[in-house]
Amino acid sequence: MHIHKFEKIWLIFGVTTLIIFLTVIGVSAFYLGNQPPSCLATVNPENVDTTAPFNEPGLKKVEGKEWDYELVFVASAFSYNPGKVEVPLGAKVKVIATTKDVIHGFEVAGTNINMMLEPGFISEYVTTFDKAGEFLIVCNEYCGVGHHTMTSKIEVIE
Amino acid sequence: MNTNSMNPKVDRRDGKLTMAHFYVAFIALAIGGLAGLLQTLVRSGKFQLPTWTGYYQILTLHGVVLGLVLTTFFIMGFQLALVSKTSGTFTRKQRLTGWIGFWTMTIGTIMTAIMILTNQASVLYTFYAPLQAHALFYLGLTLVIIGSWIDGAAIIMAYTSWRKANPGKPSPLLTFMSLVNTLMWIVATIGVAATVLFQLLPWSLGLVDRVDVLVSRTLFWYFGHPLVYFWLLPAYMAWYAIVPKIIGGKIFSDSLARMSFILFLLFSIPVGFHHQLMEPGIDPAWKFLQVILTFLVVIPSLMTAFSLFATFEMYGRSKGSTGLFGWVKKLPWGDARFAVPFIGMLAFIPAGAGGIINASNQLNQVVHNTIWVTGHFHLTLATSVVLTFFGISYWLVPHLTGRVLTKAMNKLAIIQGVVWAIGMTFMSGAMHAAGLLGAPRRSSFSTYGGSEQAAEWIPYQIAQAVGGTILFLGIILMLYIFVNLAFFAPKGEEEFPVGEVADQAEKTPMVFENWKLWLGITVLLILFAYTIPFIDMIQNAPIGSKGYKFF
Amino acid sequence: MAQPEIGKKTHTKVEDQPSLKGTLASVFLLGFFLIVTWLGVFFLFVDRF
Repeated sequence: MHIHKFEKIWLIFGVTTLIIFLTVIGVSAFYLGNQPPSCLATVNPENVDTTAPFNEPGLKKVEGKEWDYELVFVASAFSYNPGKVEVPLGAKVKVIATTKDVIHGFEVAGTNINMMLEPGFISEYVTTFDKAGEFLIVCNEYCGVGHHTMTSKIEVIE
Repeated sequence: MNTNSMNPKVDRRDGKLTMAHFYVAFIALAIGGLAGLLQTLVRSGKFQLPTWTGYYQILTLHGVVLGLVLTTFFIMGFQLALVSKTSGTFTRKQRLTGWIGFWTMTIGTIMTAIMILTNQASVLYTFYAPLQAHALFYLGLTLVIIGSWIDGAAIIMAYTSWRKANPGKPSPLLTFMSLVNTLMWIVATIGVAATVLFQLLPWSLGLVDRVDVLVSRTLFWYFGHPLVYFWLLPAYMAWYAIVPKIIGGKIFSDSLARMSFILFLLFSIPVGFHHQLMEPGIDPAWKFLQVILTFLVVIPSLMTAFSLFATFEMYGRSKGSTGLFGWVKKLPWGDARFAVPFIGMLAFIPAGAGGIINASNQLNQVVHNTIWVTGHFHLTLATSVVLTFFGISYWLVPHLTGRVLTKAMNKLAIIQGVVWAIGMTFMSGAMHAAGLLGAPRRSSFSTYGGSEQAAEWIPYQIAQAVGGTILFLGIILMLYIFVNLAFFAPKGEEEFPVGEVADQAEKTPMVFENWKLWLGITVLLILFAYTIPFIDMIQNAPIGSKGYKFF
Repeated sequence: MAQPEIGKKTHTKVEDQPSLKGTLASVFLLGFFLIVTWLGVFFLFVDRF
């Protein structure tokens, strides 16, 4: 099949660009650890309140792990528990969340913390809270009539 | 292109079949457009809905009626007309099949609409379990899909009889393209049909208590991404094979056009995980594999961009243009059949750029489920695709009804396109910007307890309402033109433009017609991308979910 | 309507393929747009926690 010389140049350029994009995100994901949230652990959604760590939502200092704190959230229509939490600036935190009923979103606006919470699954994301200020948590997956009232906040304090 | 079997005019009886599809499509445009206007007004914070309805009910209506009904009806009607034009009038059996498909889809649409309007199905058009709609909602959607398969059967039958009558010859380009899109649609809809028939219907009828949420979502997104290519490919058909004729130029290359369509068939399906990148329960390596496959489906679009520019430049140069961009001036800007789809092509540049970002694995964390995504598909579907559909209607509707597009209507059509472009610049632009700041999609107006961040989003939401209002004006204009072309325009003969390939371009290789090969590779790619993750999901499944009706 | 001379040009051998300089320039502008927007969001991702 005959392809015009300029089209070959364009396709080589385009495909190279795509390969570079893939390499950048691939290296960032698999070598630097910037994977999208992909936790494979499960939980019975009907026993969330009695299952650790969800029996104690909120921030907890941990020892001997790669992160300093664990921040546990439980979502249900139409609220998060805790409704507000303070995190020290610079803390390396594992955010752990799940839902008790339908699918909810867990998005900390203005950050990369953005996970789907699905019944039966635990969602996790590790990050370092390196900017001070108040960050709004919103549910970004439609969950019912009160979806837009579902909110919490994280205050990163110095 | 093979012209020997081409009809000078679409047969009246086939035309009626297409027009039946178009009536439903444009009624859907009216209803869905009104719903869209109301959403942008509500979200500006300056307007409240009456108490008998709600934001999410209207949002469900908007998504189902525009995303599923308008598109499926228009595309099937358009493809039936393309096949009847380029491969010859349908036989009685083929036409009857088309009508059965049409009525099946229509009955399904009415069932679905009743469930939405009575607030028994405010689950949005993605109907994610465990939110549970009334069983008739799922059944209605099933009928829409089964009806589209029956329509598709008419296309496959017509293709088969053309091939039998013309042994050893490549099928007419537009028939070929319609067939590719139909085959892709059938392979893709098996996923959504499976989750609806085997999971959601029995569960909503109370036959089973629990549903596996992740499996259901995965089956949905197995369908959800090829769905967007099902919308896009008819626009590509017009761009590749019809717009060149309208401007008076030639199709750049028949073989390359077929190749890009085959690439869409192969790579648009095994990529659903890029809609599930933020989800638990799926291994990140498998997500990344599907990200790579998603990037492969960018390539045929890169080819398309080149072909289109080349068609335009070759035409301009044949008219004596010089310099790097002199050909731009030679294009027929006063012809709505060209100018309106051209706006759609332009919109596909930012639309495609956004799409690559969305699919870029962890970059999706920045934009996932923010209103950026809404802005993105209002460029792809609601501008590139829909404006091309409008541009098609401007000649196809009068061609089928035996009328003509008058000068006045042509002018109005161009104004319509410009109004749309302005409205969408406001609305989609503001959506992209607010999304980067974190504003969520699919959410009614909220100050989120007086949050400072949420307050920053409100000016963008007002801009969306301004854009939404302008777009609604565009919809009124479009409906006016449609009604004119269908019922009131002067009688006459409107051309059905079918592009010709640049002369003596080499023979189209017959390998493109080897469906065993292409469908075989399609199935292998799907099995490769999905088998292991699917087994993982089922083996490691948590207890299923009961249904919730939070609406 | 039809422009037979275009076709002749495409048919003749490689040295006089139709001039598609404008096409090449256009697709490269498109390509740079893709790169710039992608980098924009990439740096936003890198900057945020």
